[in-house]
Amino acid sequence: MINREEFRSIAHNGIWKQNTSLIQILGLCPLLAVTTNMVNGVMLSLATIIVMALSNVAVASLRNFIPHEIRIPVFILIVAALVTVVDLLFNANLHELYLVLGIFIPLIVTNCIVLARVEAFAAKNPPLHATFDGIFMGIGMLWTLAVLGGLREFIGGGTLFSGIDLVFPGLSPLQLLPADYPGLLLAILPPGAFILLGCMIAWKNWVEARAAQRQPRPPIEPLAADGTN
Amino acid sequence: MTTGAAKSASKKREPTAATMAVRTAAILFVFVIIFTGLLSGAYLWTKPALEASAAEEKMKLINEVLPRSAYDNNLLKDTVTLPASPLLGTDEATTAYRARKGADPVALVFEAVATDGYAGKIRLIIAVNADGTIAGVRVTQHKETPGLGDYIEPKKDKNKERPWITQFNGHSYASTVDKDWRVKKDGGRFDFIAGATVTPRAVIKAVRKATKYVAENQTQLYASQ
Repeated sequence: MINREEFRSIAHNGIWKQNTSLIQILGLCPLLAVTTNMVNGVMLSLATIIVMALSNVAVASLRNFIPHEIRIPVFILIVAALVTVVDLLFNANLHELYLVLGIFIPLIVTNCIVLARVEAFAAKNPPLHATFDGIFMGIGMLWTLAVLGGLREFIGGGTLFSGIDLVFPGLSPLQLLPADYPGLLLAILPPGAFILLGCMIAWKNWVEARAAQRQPRPPIEPLAADGTN
Repeated sequence: MTTGAAKSASKKREPTAATMAVRTAAILFVFVIIFTGLLSGAYLWTKPALEASAAEEKMKLINEVLPRSAYDNNLLKDTVTLPASPLLGTDEATTAYRARKGADPVALVFEAVATDGYAGKIRLIIAVNADGTIAGVRVTQHKETPGLGDYIEPKKDKNKERPWITQFNGHSYASTVDKDWRVKKDGGRFDFIAGATVTPRAVIKAVRKATKYVAENQTQLYASQ
């Protein structure tokens, strides 16, 4: 089982401390390609959460049978097989959702974050912990991509939630800036994604630096009590 | 002395390494078998559903360019193979679907490719009525700039009442001249959105060439195979 402390630490790591996009800077290829709007970013993250939770639980359950020397090929085998199975099952059983999420699922294969979590966490931890790690790493990715996608479409075209009608047919995108806003193409093209991601990383570092300044950590206890050090 | 020690050590280690190799290979093999089995199982299990939805998808697309009420045959079964043609922009044979009402030909639904889009090929599905007029055009695949050139897709077009792609409806090869088939900026009759003219130019050219192809091959296209 999992205790509260462990759960909190896994959640905090995934959402903030080890955020996949802002700290580990992993899986940038699909990240930059799909975050032209917020809905795309959220959808890719949802698909990633599913795959990451599944592959983490699979690897964590099998971790005692996988020899250390060949762990990478076995992990790749497991991840690739699971992504393909998820893709097939989605397509066959949840076709409406597949039409929305479907194009993102193959992209996950190219996302090294899945393999990274399998290698760094699932291979060393019990299945329940690994499942939560997959989910929270995905949630960390979700909010980052949502913010990045939202910024890109807002700066690029003055809209928010464009494409939401593809997911929830009654809803329509918000036009936040006047319709004659000329748009800033740079934000929608890949360089804009890099620039905005850079800004987000800088913002996170700034927040952490400020937090560290405000609440100085308790002084480290001296190593030796007799003061000889 | 040291070399002798090393030799005896390596002699001892060698069989261990070989067995290790065989063992890891065997384990890898077992994993491969299990996961290939899982994949094949998932594939076979989902295959009927996938085929059904692929056919449904195709029908949905065809319904967008040709109203369901216009014909009464199963056009997915009434097909003709079109060889690769520069007029269609295709580099391999494609399948065209023939819509009929009773015995009369109604329309031909086929694929065409605009090869000179802003970012690669733009794939189109076009329905041309038996009298040569265009019943409908839709973009099925493209890589044009999101938010700029993608208004060729009705879903992304801001003009929801009269999406850009519907401008072709009703035009025919015989009733127009090449000069009309340009964006208004170039002296033609088609609208475009400022900032993205390469995309509409490519689509207009591809549609024009495709109607020419149909006009030239009309009789063979509807002949029974």
